[in-house]
This record gives sequence, structure tokens and C-alpha cells, in this order.
Amino acid sequence: MSIAPGSIAIVGAAESTRIGSVPEMSQIMLHADAALNALADAGLKPSDIDGVACTGAMMTQQVAHYLGITPKWVDGTSVGGCSFMLHVRHAAAAIHAGYCNTVLITHGESGKSRINATPRPPEPQSLNGQFEAPFGPFGPPTLFPIPVLRYMKTYGVTHEQLAMVAVVQREWASRNPRAAQRDPITVDDVLNSRMIAYPFRLLQCCLVTDGGGALILTRADRAKDFPQRPAYILGTGESVETNMISQMEDFTSSRAFRVAGPEAFRSAGISHADVDHLMIYDAFAHLPLYGLEDLGFVGRGEAGAFIEARHTAPGGKLPMNTNGGGLSYTHTGMYGMFALQESVRQVRGTAPAQVEGVNISVCHGVGGMFSASGTIVLGRERP
Amino acid sequence: MALPAGRPRPEPTPETQHFWDGTKAGELRLQRCQACEKAYFPPRPFCPGCGAREVSVFAASGRATLHSYVIHHRKVPGFEPPYAIAVVELEEGPRMMTNIVDCPQTPEALQLDMKLEVAFTPMDDEITLPLFRPAQGTPAGERA
Repeated sequence: MSIAPGSIAIVGAAESTRIGSVPEMSQIMLHADAALNALADAGLKPSDIDGVACTGAMMTQQVAHYLGITPKWVDGTSVGGCSFMLHVRHAAAAIHAGYCNTVLITHGESGKSRINATPRPPEPQSLNGQFEAPFGPFGPPTLFPIPVLRYMKTYGVTHEQLAMVAVVQREWASRNPRAAQRDPITVDDVLNSRMIAYPFRLLQCCLVTDGGGALILTRADRAKDFPQRPAYILGTGESVETNMISQMEDFTSSRAFRVAGPEAFRSAGISHADVDHLMIYDAFAHLPLYGLEDLGFVGRGEAGAFIEARHTAPGGKLPMNTNGGGLSYTHTGMYGMFALQESVRQVRGTAPAQVEGVNISVCHGVGGMFSASGTIVLGRERP
Repeated sequence: MALPAGRPRPEPTPETQHFWDGTKAGELRLQRCQACEKAYFPPRPFCPGCGAREVSVFAASGRATLHSYVIHHRKVPGFEPPYAIAVVELEEGPRMMTNIVDCPQTPEALQLDMKLEVAFTPMDDEITLPLFRPAQGTPAGERA
């Protein structure tokens, strides 16, 4: 039995009080700070929560206990930066099934200050440790862009088009006082910035920040009892492929995207023409291109020209990554929570760079390089 | 060719030991499903295509083409930047991560689809890494 579109809603949403450089908070406190802000947003107390979701080994119990919550449902799904999209999907199913009534999803990451941060070295006996680590990858900037040259050669996508992604997102960031990077940049600025891992330069790689975010979900028939306008969950999708980037099936397209995206559209009962606002997790400049194509907004190989033509820029027909994205707003390491926060703000009508008339927002996440994906469709109105 | 110290060292498991025994012996060992004939990598004692446990180990040709790569420009232990982290497509079909040796680490020299051959490179007495180099006998200008 599927969940009718709009039967579960997000009734609380907030980020940590500060994002960027937050050396006064450890990772667990970033979870808690965001959670307390989301509870205040929803007019709730910790004792009103009976379901908890967050990422990381043993983290659901740490977060629940730290906040004084006794959950009867937990989800510790940890598939990288899109884990929160999966948490939203799983929480909606759990609420629908009657396992719990009110779910708190938290994220906190001391990505920059590294206080109580999660260590992430591959174990030398893991498949990554045996068949990737010996060849010198050192974090996401050396892994995530590995497919890009193949994509560029296959479709004739240019360095300038991949630079334009960063330029457009900086335009959005310049409208957002909380964005880490707000000064306008040009394609030349991007192509002259420091080389990190060819073909990508510094301005095509995400920021590294501290921060947190939290969401509160409940049944839509209760949603009107809360102080904020609800964001209705219309549809959801998820999938995983491989956490070895060398083994992804097609270097020009993500299989996980191609499963999660269409399932979210199908379950929401929407078409592309219904989408007023789009978030595509942009850890690196190529991800919005893969997302636009794999979710079917444009044909294969067409996304570079689509962004270059300013269709996703302020004033464009498909406003995308309107907070400035992982490239210019913030990126703690797991950015998906911040993409969801922006979709909620756009649907509520409270975003700093508010797009006029947003009824439907699609929020698409990626995790663990191209290894996982989650897509959430939010609506301003209950269908 | 000696590798600088500091490179992360793989630790074989029961399912991968044959692969690392192979590189040490100068063979690039892949596996093939006896039911569906799919050749696959990384190693596991069953077919990822159809789930059959009847699989065999065979020595691959060592010939490959350059599928994609990045050139890392920051210093990390065991590597001298700039260095390419590459994915090659083996003649038999599977892809693997590797480094490209005996070749300038530049976009001009590293052309996608250029022909490569395996270059077994010892890390220590137990572990030999399968690196790749431009195929011998192919003039630089024709390697793509």
C-alpha cells in the first residue's frame, strides 16, 4: 500500500544557529542545536518526539539520549550526504504505518573545525581499501570528479560550461545573507582558481564547513496545528549503486539517480512541468548536470548548455540551488540536510532568495560519491 | 620502479587473496561466471551478474584503455603531485582504479581511450600493485 501524496508533512525545519565556522560546538552539539531550533520552529518539546533519525554508527542513541528523547522508532541510515532524504522517506513510511507519530531528523557535522568529527579512512581490508585507496585518492575531490572527463568527452561538454555551474550558484548565494561565499564570480575566475583535481578547480569544489540541520515530520491531518506552514511530502525515491566510484556502471549517468528520481516523480504523481523549484546536491560542479539529465529535466548531454543558457539562474525557468548550494552556501560534509531546508523554505515562502509562486519543490540528493541517492518532492498545498 | 613510502597498503581477504597472489606472480587475475560467462571485478566467489557460485579465475591479457581520470594537485603521503588517479577498462570488460606510469601526468599526454598495458609494480615483498603504462610499440602521437 503506498502513501497518498501529501499525507505526511514537515512541520518543523531549522538549521544550527550558526553555520560556516562554528568552533564553539562539537558535532553532537551541532545536532542538538539544530534539533532545538527545529523543535522551537514547530512549537514542540523533546518529549513530543517519538521517532529519531540521523546518520552514523550508534548515533541515533547518542542523539536521542543527548536530547532526552525516548523513541519508539529509529533510523540510522548512513549512505552519505543524501541520508536525510532517505530518512524523510523512511520516516514518512513509519508514520504512515503507525510506528510513531512525530519524527525528528537531525544532522550535525564539524566538517571544518573537526571537533568530535567522524573519522572516515577506508579500512585496508575493505574493497575500497584494497582496490581504490592504494592508487592515491584522498577524499571526495579526488574521487567524485573521476567520471567527469568521460562525461565531457561523450557529450562535448566544455570546461566553461562546468565553470558556469559555480558562477550561477554564486549569483543565488549573493542573495542569501547566510551564504559563506557571496561575492560575484566569472567563468574566468573559476577557470583561473587553484587546480585541485583536474578537471576541477577550487571554485568547482564544495565548501568545507561546520553546521547542522533538523526536520520534524508528522501526519498531515495534524499539520495545521503547528505554527509554521507545513511542507507536504508528495513523493519520495531512493537507491544505491556502489561506493567504489571505479565500479559505477556508466560514468556519464548515475544509476542511483535514475531509480530515485523517477520513483519520486511517480509517487508524487507529478511531471517535470509541475516543478517550480529544484535542489540538486552540488558537492562538485558536475552533479547538477548529472541530476538534471538523470531526473529527466533535459536530455542526455544537454545539461551543460541548459545551465549556460541561465535556465537555472535567478530569473530562469527552473530556479535551482537557490541557497547558493554546496559550492557557495555551506557544505559540512553531508549537505543533503541543507538542500532539504532550502526546499522547505521555498515551499513555505520564507527563503532569502525566494522564488515567486513555489508550489512544488524537488530536492535531489547524492551520497558517498555517486553511491547513493534520495529524492523528495515537497508541496505547498495538500493535494 | 620503486614506489615512495606512505601509499595505503591493501590487505587481502580470503575472497581477494588470489588476485594479490596473481599480481605478485605477474598475472592480472579476473573471475568469470561459468553460468553466464560474465567476467567481473573486484573479486568475490560468486557472479555479481546472476548469483551463481560456479566461477573460475583466469589471467587477463593486461591490455586496457583509459576510461577516465583526475590529476590530483595536492601533496598526500606516498604520492608526488601532480599525479593521475585513473580508471581503466580492461580488454575483458571490467574496470579498475589504477595509476598511469611512464607517462607525463598531464591532460595532453593522458588521452581518454589511449591504449594501456599492465605494469606490475611491487610495493613490498607481499603486495604488487597493477599499475598501467602506455602500450609499448605505440608512438606517443598515436596512443589515443
